Amino acid sequence: MDFELSDDQVALCDGIRDLCQGRFDIDTVRGLADCGGVDRRLWGELADTGVFSLVASEEEGGVGLGWAEAGLVFEQLGRALMPGPLVGTLLAAGVVDDEVVGFMERPSGPGLVEYPDVIDALLVLDEHGVWRVDAAELSVEPAQSVDPLTPVGRVAVLPQGQQLQSDCYGWANRAVYLCSALQVGLAAGARELAVAYAKERRQFDKPIGQFQAVKHTCADMYSREEVARAALYYAGCVMDATCGPGVASDPSGYLYFEGSVVHPGDPLGDAECGELVRAVSGARILAASAADRNGKDCVQVHGGMGFTWEVDAHLYLKRAWALTPQFGSLDRHADRMADSVGADQFGRGAPLG
Amino acid sequence: MDIRFTADELAFRDELRSWLGAVLPTLGDPPERDDWPGRREWDTGWQQMLYEAGYAGINWPSEFGGRGSTPTEHLIFLEETTRMGAPYVGMNFVAQLHAGPTLILEATAEQQARHLPAMLRGDEVWCQGFSEPNAGSDLASLSTRAVRDRDHYVVTGQKIWTSFGHVADYCELLVRTDPEAPKHRGITWLICPMDLPGIEVRPIATVAGSSEFCEVFFDEVRIPVANRVGDENDGWRVAMVTFSFERGTAFISELLGTMNQLAEMAEMARKSSRNGSTAWHSAWEDDEIRREIGRLQAEYDALWALTKRVVSQAQRTGMPGPGGSVFKLYYADVKKRMADLAHRLLEREALVLAEGGDEQTGGDMAASRLYVLSLSIAAGTSEIQRNIIGERILGLPKDR
Repeated sequence: MDFELSDDQVALCDGIRDLCQGRFDIDTVRGLADCGGVDRRLWGELADTGVFSLVASEEEGGVGLGWAEAGLVFEQLGRALMPGPLVGTLLAAGVVDDEVVGFMERPSGPGLVEYPDVIDALLVLDEHGVWRVDAAELSVEPAQSVDPLTPVGRVAVLPQGQQLQSDCYGWANRAVYLCSALQVGLAAGARELAVAYAKERRQFDKPIGQFQAVKHTCADMYSREEVARAALYYAGCVMDATCGPGVASDPSGYLYFEGSVVHPGDPLGDAECGELVRAVSGARILAASAADRNGKDCVQVHGGMGFTWEVDAHLYLKRAWALTPQFGSLDRHADRMADSVGADQFGRGAPLG
Repeated sequence: MDIRFTADELAFRDELRSWLGAVLPTLGDPPERDDWPGRREWDTGWQQMLYEAGYAGINWPSEFGGRGSTPTEHLIFLEETTRMGAPYVGMNFVAQLHAGPTLILEATAEQQARHLPAMLRGDEVWCQGFSEPNAGSDLASLSTRAVRDRDHYVVTGQKIWTSFGHVADYCELLVRTDPEAPKHRGITWLICPMDLPGIEVRPIATVAGSSEFCEVFFDEVRIPVANRVGDENDGWRVAMVTFSFERGTAFISELLGTMNQLAEMAEMARKSSRNGSTAWHSAWEDDEIRREIGRLQAEYDALWALTKRVVSQAQRTGMPGPGGSVFKLYYADVKKRMADLAHRLLEREALVLAEGGDEQTGGDMAASRLYVLSLSIAAGTSEIQRNIIGERILGLPKDR
């Protein structure tokens, strides 16, 4: 066991961080709100670095890295507040030829589509699999999004589209995992912004970070981030051990579709499948909570400035809110976790070992 | 980043499992909570068995009689012993995890030869004499005086929160040898035999009704200078060496025991029957209770993953990473949430104290609601942990 980043993984994180700082600084990112969240030229640059083709095999034109690496990259993208349909575009790599690809659950009635003005295609997940809907087929009514960097539009009826895959569960797990990675990054970005401000802002002739009330808030932000990050890395390792390269079948199991859930008496009957669901749902719960609470604490540490549009604190919080309801509510993930409690807590390490 | 165990690590686990499978059924029943001679015999007897099987001092270097295992093997050892219900480290805690490692790093060859083999065999029980009534979070302000009288230190003062002080043979004792020096520079680390004249030990009754904590009073106790570990007035540095051992694998048994308790609570919720607004139903059908169980499992799984990260860092660098403070701070909070859940599950029945009272690991869930109050206090309060994280990790300015 060596549950620390390898040198290659550290270099990958550094590379993406440098890319974001160099080409996607916060002014550039904020500017993307004026063009529907995606600028084709910048999106192309991002795609050229391989962030979307990381996991696709080399035969499919991808980089052939693991899900652990995909999580690290998405963590950095979240930290940089990178907008755009990142999750869909990664999952679609090697499956469709579109460049900007949304991904959502099929709503039972009218629904909200993210980045409606810029996507080429929308992939839709339902209990029968994954479907491709061409953007031209969408009839979208404008709506105002809480997050300026996650524009949305309303669709009265989502077209059925063309079926790409019959495996819905594997796709759902991967989407949940990638959303969690983005949110760990948001939690980190919000914490970094708050700590930097606490060192610089002075009141009562001291940096406010010297006061324990503020210092302890920052410490709690860091703790949430670190615990959520551990859960994310664990989920990445389990993803690679159960559905990475060299694993013939895809035992990713059910996630949350009511009515179609494979749900026998012992949901962990298939140890590998159970471990994956538990790891992914666990990461989801902690990452969403860390991003939400760190976003709020970041606003609070900034005081009055935190309530302004100018300070970035609100962008972390609003992105957290945009990501949290995707691919299963936190209550459904908590239900998944609860179903797994009581199975052998320790032997679960064995199938991976 | 690979969470899978290597073939060697799995072989170590298999060998340990088969040994535990053979010896645990021979142990008999554990002693009652307040049967101190019985508990000493139980804890040191287990240490003796570990010694004979080659598992004593699992993380100690082999040149000092330890097994010289890697941090990952230490993790596996704690995982397996907890899983199979082996005795907890108990009153061997200070010797195995505090005083022993300190002697390995700082003591003379003579001191090592005298104490380390006895610690490994379970022949010596140690306690810790660090905290004082007026030196808690501000430990360096301790005031128990040691005055040099030729080849002895004459020690007068009071220590507190000394676990197992009334059954221990030796104490790792911090004393003030230079009252004029800055507070961190006038402290000395001594090996204090607990049978010296002038030592009085009084048990402290806790809110949980147990009495493993003691106050220890020193009245002109003569401790040989030969018992000093490290230089005179260099005891703070020696003590910090001890602390670095305290924040590595220390909570593994505790965390895994907690996961067992959560599984028991889930089982109880599934079987329970209660009168809701419309009909009798199980607590499991209550969304709030069931989802809180699920969320707690997510928290504990994440803390287990965090532990593996800290252990992996220790394996690479020889020192645990800063995740130790994060773990302790976070764990204290989520363990308290489990105690709240126990109250909701048990309803009126929660009024009844379980047989045997407070248990640290694997015990009754309602009983541990009292024990958990100490988690955010002992070994550095949560407030101190937040200061450590804020100042040492995040680089925020000190307030002192």
